[in-house]
Amino acid sequence: MKAVLRLAALSAWSRRLTLGLTLVAIALAVTLLLAVERIRVDARQSFTQSVSGVDLVVGARTGSVQLMLYAVFHAGAASNNIAWDSYQMIATHPAVDWALPLSLGDSHRGFAVLGTSADYFARFRYGDREELRLRQGKPFAGVFEAVLGSEVAQGLGYRLDDKIILSHGLGELGPEHGDKPFRVTGILAPTGTPVDRTVHVSLESISALHLDWVGGAPMPGVNIPAEFVAKFDLRPKQITAALVGLKQRGDVFRMQRFVNQYRGEPLLAVLPGVALDELWQSIALLERTLLAVSALVVLVGLAGLAATLLAGLNERRRELAILRALGAGPGDMFLMLTAEGVLVTAAGALLGLALLTVASSLAAPWLLDRLGVVLGTRWPGTAELALIGAVIATGLVASLIPGWRAWRMSLADGLTPKL
Amino acid sequence: MTALRITDLVFRWPRQAEICLDIARFDLAAGERVFLHGASGSGKSTLLGLLGGVALPQQGRIELLGTDITRLSSRARDRFRADHIGFLFQQFNLLPWLPAIDNVLLPCTFSARRRERAGADPRAEAERMLRHLDLDTASWRKPAGELSVGQQQRVAAARALIGRPEILISDEPTSALDAERQQVFIDLLLQESAAVGATLVFVSHDRRLAGHFDRVVALDEINRTAQEVAA
Repeated sequence: MKAVLRLAALSAWSRRLTLGLTLVAIALAVTLLLAVERIRVDARQSFTQSVSGVDLVVGARTGSVQLMLYAVFHAGAASNNIAWDSYQMIATHPAVDWALPLSLGDSHRGFAVLGTSADYFARFRYGDREELRLRQGKPFAGVFEAVLGSEVAQGLGYRLDDKIILSHGLGELGPEHGDKPFRVTGILAPTGTPVDRTVHVSLESISALHLDWVGGAPMPGVNIPAEFVAKFDLRPKQITAALVGLKQRGDVFRMQRFVNQYRGEPLLAVLPGVALDELWQSIALLERTLLAVSALVVLVGLAGLAATLLAGLNERRRELAILRALGAGPGDMFLMLTAEGVLVTAAGALLGLALLTVASSLAAPWLLDRLGVVLGTRWPGTAELALIGAVIATGLVASLIPGWRAWRMSLADGLTPKL
Repeated sequence: MTALRITDLVFRWPRQAEICLDIARFDLAAGERVFLHGASGSGKSTLLGLLGGVALPQQGRIELLGTDITRLSSRARDRFRADHIGFLFQQFNLLPWLPAIDNVLLPCTFSARRRERAGADPRAEAERMLRHLDLDTASWRKPAGELSVGQQQRVAAARALIGRPEILISDEPTSALDAERQQVFIDLLLQESAAVGATLVFVSHDRRLAGHFDRVVALDEINRTAQEVAA
């Protein structure tokens, strides 16, 4: 058996170019398949991790998925705000343990600006009920103070006490609040959630920014300098959404009904888990399409493998014929072909994994920045191992079929003098 | 003892009307060295194919060393061939990527009997044979594909002879050589097959090479199909 395996190795080495190409084809197919699977799982994970311990998300009446997207993931814009009075009404409801107001709409160099209460840093939970941690500095206390998410600070190179200027609107090209710079008072530790890409300021700061604005643009001829804003009433008049925690989880449907039937204005309360399920359902088709496309790519890769093996069959056929003429039995042949097939597909799969690791560590910052997806580097999970196993099994079959054909043809070749 | 006995053999290729071979009786004694000649297309290769068990006759028996190989299963025929017959072909059929000495050792890899008969150390036996066949030591570890035609021929001969097979079948193994070297190689082959005690069936279309054989047979003499055509 050792001698047969040695023959297999020498034979494979003699065909190293074609086998090498096959190996690369398999590696690319595996990389693609795993990349799609990994992004899918990690996107889901990132969304699920983003909010924890929140019983209800409240906003103006809209789709529940849309509300989740802008309130929690800061993706897209709110269609409507809710009045501060409505928020107060909810926050002071006897069933409510705590509530965090969220005011969105401004941005800083592409990062979302979130106006909230100072309570946010103590109350907010992400992942497995983890608390926010300040890596440096302290929470904002006054007007024109900001706490940066770790990505914001790292990506733009900000340190404590740096001055930053916010822009109106969510685009990078919106009009600037240039007359009212913010001082960085704190920088948060990384969380792997949208928090990392958010600039946190107080609700009063948001009001102060917009004192001399109307309808999304500076009021012509009116300019209130930063040092005078304290003279104005900075209590917020409206916010975008609110996160609500209840004293007892059992009250959640009663509270949801209370919010949805509120007469002051049309409001919507959603359970984060339920809204996320809806989100998954709406993107399930896309996910399945992606997976199908990458499965097709793998199929093409394996068809390529079978094609290269078949193309090399004449070479191979002569070789198998000679071996059979010299007494190699079906067992020996099977061992040789299988050893080669396993070696090539497994090496291809390993190379694919290596490629994936390199590519994902290169693409991770971009994905986090643009899509908010945290792409982890990790050992392949069960689902991924199953995918790799399927690729190897298919590769094996693809290499055994030509081998079997060669075996059937081989005897006549090996004992016939003219080839 | 009879090394080969053919009785009442009739063979026709599939999908062909005419009978290709029709041999009433053909015997070879053990250790006999026979030169079998015939023109191209006279059925020489077909006969060798039948002896090797590649094709099966429609009728008749082919007994090698007392075993009727037409009655064996295909796996048993493969095994019988590997254990008892050495083949030496015009094209040599070496594995080009395998070092010369490993090519010689291939029969010992797949046939336990050949391995046992090659002595305690088959590798040493292979080296002895290559040395005896005048292949320089430097070529032993080279891949067979890098050797000259003459060298490849020696490697193929050593491979056919290792493990002392009882029958050596050789089909035009000298056609790539010039006349003088042909004779040298044939003498070497005769000498080696006598040394291992093998029955040698040497097939060629060139009668001039027949000089040193024990017996010379024309295929047309034993094949009745040819006689009918001639008549």
